[in-house]
Parts: sequence; structure tokens; C-alpha cells
Amino acid sequence: MSKNKNTIDRRSFLKVSTAAGGGMVLGFSIFMSGCKNDEVVKQLIPEIIMPDNWVTMSGFIKVGDNGVVTIMSPNPEIGQNVKTSMPMIIAEELDVDWDNVVVEQAPLDTEKYERQVAGGSQSIRHGWDALRQAGATTKAMLITAAATQWGVDASTCTASKGVISNANGETLGYGEVASAAALLEVPDPKDVKLKEAKEYKIIGESKRNVDLKGIITGQPLFGIDTREEGMQFASVLRPPAFGQKLISFNDDGAKAVNGVSQVFQFGDKIAIIANSTWAAMKGKKEIIAKWEAPELAESTAYHDKTMMALLDSKVEPVRNNGDVSKAFAEADEVIERTYESPFLPHNCLEPMNFFAHVTEEKVYLKGPVQTPQWQQGRVAEILKRDPKDIEVHMTRMGGGFGRRLYGDFGDEAAEISSIAKVPIQLQFSREDDMTAGTYRVALKYKIRAAVKEGKISGYHITEAASNSNMYGLIPNFFPAYAIDNYRVDNAKFESNITTGAWRAPYTNFLAFAEQSFFDEVAEILNVDPVKMRLGLYENAKKNKDDNMQWDPDRMAGVLMLAVNKSNYGKAKDGVYQGLSVYYSHNTHVAEVADVEVINGTPTVTKVTCAVDCGIVINPIAATNQIEGGIIDGIGHAMYGDFSFVNGKPSADNFNKYRMIRSGEAPKIDVHFVENGLSPTGLGEPSLPPAGGAVANALYKATGKRIYKQPFVKEVEVLG
Amino acid sequence: MAQFNINVNGVDHSVDVDDDTPILWVLRDTLNLVGTKYGCGIAQCGACTIHIDGAAARSCSLPIGAASGKKITTIEGLSEDGTHPLQQAWIEHDVPQCGYCQAGQIMTAAALLAENANPSESEIEDTMHGNLCRCGTYNRIKAAVKTAASRT
Ligand code: FES
Ligand code: FES
Repeated sequence: MSKNKNTIDRRSFLKVSTAAGGGMVLGFSIFMSGCKNDEVVKQLIPEIIMPDNWVTMSGFIKVGDNGVVTIMSPNPEIGQNVKTSMPMIIAEELDVDWDNVVVEQAPLDTEKYERQVAGGSQSIRHGWDALRQAGATTKAMLITAAATQWGVDASTCTASKGVISNANGETLGYGEVASAAALLEVPDPKDVKLKEAKEYKIIGESKRNVDLKGIITGQPLFGIDTREEGMQFASVLRPPAFGQKLISFNDDGAKAVNGVSQVFQFGDKIAIIANSTWAAMKGKKEIIAKWEAPELAESTAYHDKTMMALLDSKVEPVRNNGDVSKAFAEADEVIERTYESPFLPHNCLEPMNFFAHVTEEKVYLKGPVQTPQWQQGRVAEILKRDPKDIEVHMTRMGGGFGRRLYGDFGDEAAEISSIAKVPIQLQFSREDDMTAGTYRVALKYKIRAAVKEGKISGYHITEAASNSNMYGLIPNFFPAYAIDNYRVDNAKFESNITTGAWRAPYTNFLAFAEQSFFDEVAEILNVDPVKMRLGLYENAKKNKDDNMQWDPDRMAGVLMLAVNKSNYGKAKDGVYQGLSVYYSHNTHVAEVADVEVINGTPTVTKVTCAVDCGIVINPIAATNQIEGGIIDGIGHAMYGDFSFVNGKPSADNFNKYRMIRSGEAPKIDVHFVENGLSPTGLGEPSLPPAGGAVANALYKATGKRIYKQPFVKEVEVLG
Repeated sequence: MAQFNINVNGVDHSVDVDDDTPILWVLRDTLNLVGTKYGCGIAQCGACTIHIDGAAARSCSLPIGAASGKKITTIEGLSEDGTHPLQQAWIEHDVPQCGYCQAGQIMTAAALLAENANPSESEIEDTMHGNLCRCGTYNRIKAAVKTAASRT
């Protein structure tokens, strides 16, 4: 690669700027100027010289005349690293040098891309075939173009690192044949050969986050960083408690704040428009509003009572195998436990925000949203516009965790811009973010096991939930199939506290309940918890059907890997270990938590984690996801405390809501199962088992079983 | 409104803002230096960390007057081109997930290393305690700080 810094003249700089939609160029230009990175860094993130011209090969790929390749990343980036890993998959089949690849975030385009959603750990799993196909198809076209130029048969040519070679030893770079290749007919997918896993050169290599340089130098990558011509800043005053309605308000004080230009009501909310974020937030504090209380102002005591009653009510099962009533009627012993969890805020570190510019011609939306297509549809409806007029651009997101699936902030931004008739950036304060809702659903589980002759003969779990129950295939997760007489009941109540998906929906708590329960059952039955699980997995094989997603052998595989790597059962004195094994979001995970008592406080010192996610696309990033999920899982299980009094949330900022911090995160040791199977997602799966592993270890250290989150409120010494 | 003369990343600026405006919003909205992030506004998360005369400070909770006549450094000015030992260590360890907290993390760590070139594990943890990472990259942050310290 040329090191000549002067190859970027203003003309090509501008061209790149258009092609790259802005974001890339900033990171780029900074590093082009008198770069004196040391060798390590240069190796990890080489400089890229931009071409003069690009040829668009497909919705995913642009080839530059100097051989540099731009790969479009279709899905929203919330920190799960898809902006790096999805392009890696394309680059692999395209056979380009990763050091010559530029990645761009694609905007919402329903014609070019499928499923532009970040959620359910599905980006990689769904994209796997399409992305490989996209890379391989373009490569085939480039080879055909080169072969035609040489007058040889394409099958005699090969490509590697962006260079095509023929049998005579002649070579052509992708950049030299891209224009000709783009005019060729796109080959039939079945004629395009995909690589075998053993041929991979990029997949399976640790590649640095493509936005890494921008992140560590403070480049404007996030929604909150959006700055557009003529833009104003908006804040919104919402009802202070759920269920309240706006009666009247006085905005004299707000209008007197320097910089505030408009104040208006929309729905039960009030928008404040100003020339800075600070002025908008300050203006909001000056508004005196009167709110009408709802008939039922919901408090946590009411939620708890309602859900406890649901656990004992008669409900229809969503899954019912064998004869559960008989198993319980004939049981030698019935073990019953109830597990409880609160509503939880998402607390993405970047508070919700969105940019909107609504004009007669079009609606321009830009910001952090996990579901751009959904956003487009809803804004079309709210503003009564043709969806075609609505452009949605995605920025990098300062965390998602499910919160940015809902796009309510984008809807509000569009509505505000349309009323204010100026381009605005809507910015939530932390207080808005923590109190405006869409929380994790509050859940309670009652789990009962029938025991006959020392074995589990029946299993009955009842879920009581706020607003919505576990959905889709969750009732089919382990221990479904593993126990012959097996029943899942769902019950819910309507709450006016808004709820939604929260990283690993339902399983983020269900796994804790179930894995704590199995640990206790094993103790009561006096069997080894590892052997008990292996026996259950074995039993599941005979009950297998088409809806069974978890795989008994893969489950046993991660279990044994974690057991071996952690020395489970053979830990040295003073180390208390807890085990948890779970399948969620198509990935099998086993975790062993080590607890040691340090200065009188039981402390999680280490978590050993075994993961089966099939092929690991990008090991360094995959490990990061696993570590983050475990720390997140432990943090919320230990500290996540949130409640309501008369519809008002108990906490509105980090001084009242405890989150896990540096020094509270244990060492984490991650091991991947190598099996060459199709890759599954990693954004969520390591979180669900963490709580159970820790609770089971804490039990050994303290003698106290934990049935409720947050743990700090249950076990005094945890403080 | 009042006039304030401040020096940010070696450049003098004169800004006209209300005297209760936090430094954070002057940086982000007036000077368009958006690398410094907003996370809580009450000195609880560290996303807004900058240096004032070399010491780490939470810019969300200091009014602009606190910067008068002082030298402010933001993430954009920590090094000319991302070559601060911490930034390099961040690349080696591929620290960020969403990345939002990372500017604040780096600025907190940079002030620590400037004062104590060889911090112990618990000194690192204590200093970094004020910086939240919702994605849970704490272990990599610690490892990267150690790597950078070993090079300085
Ligand atoms: S924004 Fe300043 S500490 Fe959180
Ligand atoms: S990387 Fe997301 S908050 Fe730290």
C-alpha cells in the first residue's frame, strides 16, 4: 500500500466524502495527517488510500479504481460489533485484503437489504448465507471480467486478496476490471461456489472494530453527535408518573430562558425548542405543569400482589407434554419455589435522541434506532406521509439493549420538527431516559418439580408477567424435552408501565430462576448437578421433534468444557463455585462463577464461560461480547433495583440506581467450542446464565438461597 | 449571557453563554467538540470527563466559569492523531463495544497515568470506578491501562 499522504486531493476527498456519507472521512482525514502511529497500531489498523472513482457492484460492495473496496454494513450497530463482523463475512467470500476494506453504514433501504434490525442476536445468523453469497457473486463477476479481457476461460482463473490470476501468470487487480464486471449479468446463485470453512482467511481472525479509531479520538459517530445546518435542540416534558395526563401548563419561565425559541404541547407532553441542549433542558425545568392522576396509580406493592395472585390462578398451558397432573399426584415429593424480578430500565449510556427535519419535500430522520424500517412506517402514519418520503439514516448507537427497538424518540422528534418547522435534535436527559419507560417486564416464576424415586418425574413452571408473556420458542427451551411430563403456563396483567424487550428478553431472568432451581433440586436429591444435567440432556434425545432448537449434545459440550476449564467441583479451599447452563438466541452457553470471601464480603472473583456459537467470525470481538454479557448479567442481578410509587419510578439517575462498576467485574475466562457449524449470535446469550451461576456460588459461600433480584437486597453481606 | 475566554486543546475561544452553562454543553453545542459525551449530568458516569489543567474533571457539573483562564483538554486534543499510549493500548485490546463511554474512560485514565505512571491494580480500579460502561468493557479497560502504563 502506498504511504504517500498526498494522494488525497480535495477533489477525491470530496468524492469520498459523498460516497462515505461523511462519517468515514472524518476518521480518515485525521489519521492521514502526519500520522506517527507506532508499528503495533499500524499493523492492527492500516491506513487506506482512497480511490478517485468507485464502481458499485451491488448494494453491498463498491470497488475503487485502486482496488480499495467499500463494504456496506446493512444492520444497525449497537455495540454488538456487526459493523465489523458482517463485512468480514462478505470480504471473506470476495477474497479481498481486509486491510484494503472500508466499511460504511448502509441507510434503510428495503429494496437492497433484508432485515435491517438489531435484535434477538439474529444479525449474523440471518445474514450468514446472504452475506457470503454477496461476496462470492461479486468475486465471480470480477473473475469473469478479467477472463474475458484475457480471452481465457474463467474457470482457469483464481482470485486472492483482490488480485485475479490466470494460468499464464498474468494478474489484474479488482479495481482494474470492476467497471467491466459491473456490466455483466449477475450469475445464478446456485452457480456460485461458497468456500469451505477450512479455506477461511478472514473469518476466524481477530479484526479490530472498524469504528475504533473514531471512537478513541472522539469523532462524531453517535446519534447525539448529529449536527446539521440550522438545527435546534429540543427537550420534552413528559408526565412525571405513568398514567398521568396533562391538564394545563405555564411556560412563562421557560420562555424567559436565554436561547429558548418555542414551547408547545403535543399529546400529553410539552416540547421546548432552544439553541442549545442546555437551554432546552433548563427551559423544561421552568415549566409549571398540572397533571391529572389516573384512576389506578400503580405501585410496586400492587404489581407484586397482582402477579402473586396470577401464579396461583388457573391458566391455559402454552406447552404441555406427557401427564403432568399424574406425575404430581404420584410424586414422592414436590419441590416448589418462586422467583421474582423487578421492572428494569435499559440505561443505554447514550440517552435516547433523534434528529428530524420535516419539510414538504421529505422527512429526514437520523439517529440511533435498532429498527429503522419500523420507524419509517410509524412516522409515515403519524405525519400522514408516504413512507417513500421518509429517509432513515442510522448512526452508531451508545448501547441498545432493546431500548432502541421502539423508536418512540424518533416518532417524537419527527412530530416536534413538523410542528416547530425547524430541524431539531431531540435529546432525552438521563432523567427522561430512566423514567420515560419501556422497561424490562417485571416477572415472577413459580417452578414445581415432582420427584419420584429420587428423579424428577414432572416439571411445571408458571409465569406471571406485566403486559406480555414469554413468546415464540422460549417455552421449547431446556428443560422442555428433557422432562417427559412438562408444562408451561403463562399469565399476565395489563400495566400502564410501558414495557418491552430488554437484552435477552425473558431468558435474562428465566435462566436465573430455572438454573437456581435445578441447583437446589440436585442438592435436595443429593445428586451431582453436572450428572443431573447430563442425564436430562440424554433424556431429551428421545423426545426430540422439529420444534426442538436446543441440542442435547451441544449443551453437554459446553457444560463439560466449562466444568473442565473451571475445575468445577475441585476448586481450592475458599473458592465457592456455582454452575449454570443455558440455551438462548440459538447459542449454548455454560458458566461457572467463583465466589471468594474478601474482607468479609462474598465477591465474584471469576467466571469461566464455555460458548457454542458455531463458527466464531471475529474472536477478539466475540470474546468482548461474552465478557460484556456476563458483566451485564451479574450487574443487574446483583444491583438492578427499580420500583414504583403511584406510577412514579423510584430512580431517575445513576445516584439512585446502582450499576456494576470497575472493580466489581470479575475476571472472565472464555472458551469457544470449535465445530465449524453455521454461526449464531452473541449479543445476548452470555447474559442469561450469569445470574444463576452467581446465585448458586453465593449459596455455597453464604448458605442462603436467593429467589429474588436484586441480590444485594436479599443477602445483607453483599452490600 | 456573559463572555468567557477559554482555551480548549490549545486554541483560545471566546464564548457568549449563560454563566450557569456547564462546560460540557459549551464544548458540544457552542464549539462543536462532540467527543466529550453526556451520560448523566450529575457527575455519576464519567462520560463527560475532560482535563482542566491536566486534572480529570466532570464537565457536566462544572459551570463554564470554572474553565476561565484554564487549559482544557478534550478527547479530540489528547493527542494529535490518536497516538497517546492509552489510545494505542485501546486499539490493541479492542476495548470498545458501543464505544460511548470510551472517551471519558480514556480521559480519566490519561489523567491517572500523567500523575502516576505505574498505578497498581487497585489504584486503577479506584480511579476508574467513577466511569460507567453500560456494555461492561471494564476488564479490557483495566488491561489497556496496564499495557499503556508499561510503556510510559
Ligand atoms: S455526564 Fe458528566 S459524569 Fe455523567
Ligand atoms: S462501550 Fe458501551 S458504554 Fe462503554
